[in-house]
Amino acid sequence: MDPILLRVKRQARPDSEPYWEEFKIPYRPGHNVHSLLMEVQLHPVRVDGTRTAPVVWDASCLEEVCGSCTMFVNGQIRQACSALVDTLARPIVLEPMKKFPVVRDLAVDRSRMFESLKRVRAWVPIDGTYDLGPGPRMTEEVQQYAYALSRCMTCGCCLEACPQYNDHSAFIGPAAVGQAILKNLHPTGPLTKEERTAELMGVGGIVDCGNAQNCVVVCPKEVPLTRAIGDAGRQTTKKFFRDIFRR
Amino acid sequence: MAEQRHLVVGGGLAGLMTTIKICEAGGAVDLFSVVPVKRSHSVCAQGGINAAVNWKGEGDSPAIHLDDTIYGGDFLGNQPPVKAMCDAGPAIIFLLDRMGVPFNRTSEGLLDFRRFGGTKHHRTAFAGATTGQQMLYALDEQVRRYEAQGLVRKFETWEFLGAIVDNGGVCRGLTALDLRSMKVEAFVGDTVALATGGPGIVFGRSTNSVVNTGTAASAAYQQGAYYANGEFIQVHPTAIPGEDKLRLISESVRGEGGRMWTLRDGKPWYFLEDMYPAYGNLVPRDIASRAVFKVVFEMGLGVDGENAVYLDVTHKDPEELTRKLGGVLEIYEKFKGADPRVVPMKVFPAMHYSMGGLWVDYDQMTNVPGLFAVGEVDYQYHGANRLGANSLLSCLFGGMVCGPKMLAYAKGLKRSAADVANGQVERARHRDEEAYERIYGMDGAENAYALWRELGEWMTQHVTVERHNKDLQRTDDKIVELMDRWDRIGINDHGRWLNQEVSFVRQLWNMLELARVITLGALARNESRGAHYKPEFPERDDAHFLKTTKARWTSDGPTLSYEDVDVSLIKPRPRKYDVDKSAS
Repeated sequence: MDPILLRVKRQARPDSEPYWEEFKIPYRPGHNVHSLLMEVQLHPVRVDGTRTAPVVWDASCLEEVCGSCTMFVNGQIRQACSALVDTLARPIVLEPMKKFPVVRDLAVDRSRMFESLKRVRAWVPIDGTYDLGPGPRMTEEVQQYAYALSRCMTCGCCLEACPQYNDHSAFIGPAAVGQAILKNLHPTGPLTKEERTAELMGVGGIVDCGNAQNCVVVCPKEVPLTRAIGDAGRQTTKKFFRDIFRR
Repeated sequence: MAEQRHLVVGGGLAGLMTTIKICEAGGAVDLFSVVPVKRSHSVCAQGGINAAVNWKGEGDSPAIHLDDTIYGGDFLGNQPPVKAMCDAGPAIIFLLDRMGVPFNRTSEGLLDFRRFGGTKHHRTAFAGATTGQQMLYALDEQVRRYEAQGLVRKFETWEFLGAIVDNGGVCRGLTALDLRSMKVEAFVGDTVALATGGPGIVFGRSTNSVVNTGTAASAAYQQGAYYANGEFIQVHPTAIPGEDKLRLISESVRGEGGRMWTLRDGKPWYFLEDMYPAYGNLVPRDIASRAVFKVVFEMGLGVDGENAVYLDVTHKDPEELTRKLGGVLEIYEKFKGADPRVVPMKVFPAMHYSMGGLWVDYDQMTNVPGLFAVGEVDYQYHGANRLGANSLLSCLFGGMVCGPKMLAYAKGLKRSAADVANGQVERARHRDEEAYERIYGMDGAENAYALWRELGEWMTQHVTVERHNKDLQRTDDKIVELMDRWDRIGINDHGRWLNQEVSFVRQLWNMLELARVITLGALARNESRGAHYKPEFPERDDAHFLKTTKARWTSDGPTLSYEDVDVSLIKPRPRKYDVDKSAS
């Protein structure tokens, strides 16, 4: 097999200009994009034979559960670990996520996603960690929906694909909506559901969703985002009318 | 005295639980992590968490859980803390349920439990096959709640470099590297807890995440903290070999009825069921890994002539498989391109977990006062071999002990860390700054990543399933050679911003130090116990080695000493899995 040509969009610092570099990596079966970048660490030499710094990227679990290594591979937003070289067109082109500030090369800062989780209060307000006995019962049906939502690894693929999510918009995006709905689902959730729903009704909340449904297509974990967005719409509408009649 | 601060390093399950316990009591925490805490290695735990609730009418109890754990660990675990952990199991599961972990349910809406290795009971609660991920998220949410209240300050993408130890030998804070700005900062704190996970990356490829370098534990060891039982390394029998990582296929696959086999004389041979009729496919991991080695290397019966055997669930209902094991089957599908519901999986053993770690007392404190350790980085709960689904339990239980004990320790301090002379803090910061300046100046011919691969190959070949003294000695010689070559590394990246290569060079040194502890601990232990197996010494030797290994750092390598194991609750007896485990 021919060597693999890898084109990487690089950037030294958050405020510096991006540039491209190319690497040639000997073919071996079983490579993924992560292991190609590991080869560059071993031989940080460009196609023209000159030395360069090894490529910088985020990685941790390498089995698509931590969300770290999200990037564009051949124009598609996905995780580098599960991008198997044998399934990719060549040359293989790597670019950093576009909706988040680049830290260096392919590493980006996704802290805005974690801030959104704060905003929607994505937690169960437990009384304490003491031995307070068994938790509430839950049907298998609810558990299966909750589990599907809870597999969201905050990778940001849905935000990359969402036409409404960007620098100029306050939209919290599909991932955070999913987590708010997940917490509303928990039997203890209704106690704080009003607060979460109020947040979903506010600026950057569910009304900003344009219903493009790109999110659910790119989600690597098949999180039922459009179902959650539908639930969020219904819950906010109900609250809207409740609030009117309370006045 | 100034307001007390507590520093927690590591945002996996153990670090987050420690943080929650401190905040719940009103304490303030600075939380450090090399990755955003929600991306910590705990996400990789798949199968579940053990607690003897006895909801399946099997007569299970925390006492039986204790016996299974001690027996599974070949009697090397100190029994009182293991008992406390097993006793706390049910309350921990209920807490997680209240936090919203989406555990699988029975038709009555109760928590469901499945079987795991080394026990006869359905004792493992699970959320699909991504239980660790679900638990981590639940704890991450609780910590975010405290963060929103101002009790937690997060330092994500920061790496622990070392403890600040004052002239009296007391830990008064830590130094850390901001991985983005590459600046070293000192943080003063009354207590420091390391919850930094295991050292899988010392073995090159393992089931661990790339962040599991063991660098923090090694740094503490080099500052005088004892590293205990380093030689006890768990090799998981079922993983998918890969170029970059050996991906775990959870033991829960066998807990749900998966069978291991290979072809013998043209027919399927269910070798575990044949060799161990009492426990079959659910023998503990050390036993199963050795059986695979025997089948593949001694008998030459690897599948298709490869280093692989089958793990088979094709006889199970595909819908039930998806509901209970979806997450792990999906990993096989995505990375191997075949559906395990239809074709048997090809698997092989892989380095998975370190039973050893920083020595701690029953309060989770190391021998350096004020420095605590919790989670996989401590050595406390698993003896010579960990049972599946006990690690999540030990992370949470350890954190529930560690947090309150940190508060109690700080309360008893006569002098606050904030009163420690500035000079000592500044010296520690300066020490680490100098170390990095030296790395930036390295211009030799060696590549740091190439040295690491060499280390991994040696460690995997000689210090995992089977150990021979001659090879262990050669491995230590090799590590010493690599340490020498480390000095001749050349840096390719001269940037002063998120320089991963420079961080890695320091981590690599720490890995080499730890590799010697693991290798020399194994060399000195002339017996076979749990995961430590020497064909030259095939029997357990309680007379000489019913002892905890304690490694102390010296500039000439580790000095080993031995400490008696507390066996006050269950008298040691021979460990066998071909017949039913006798009662204690």
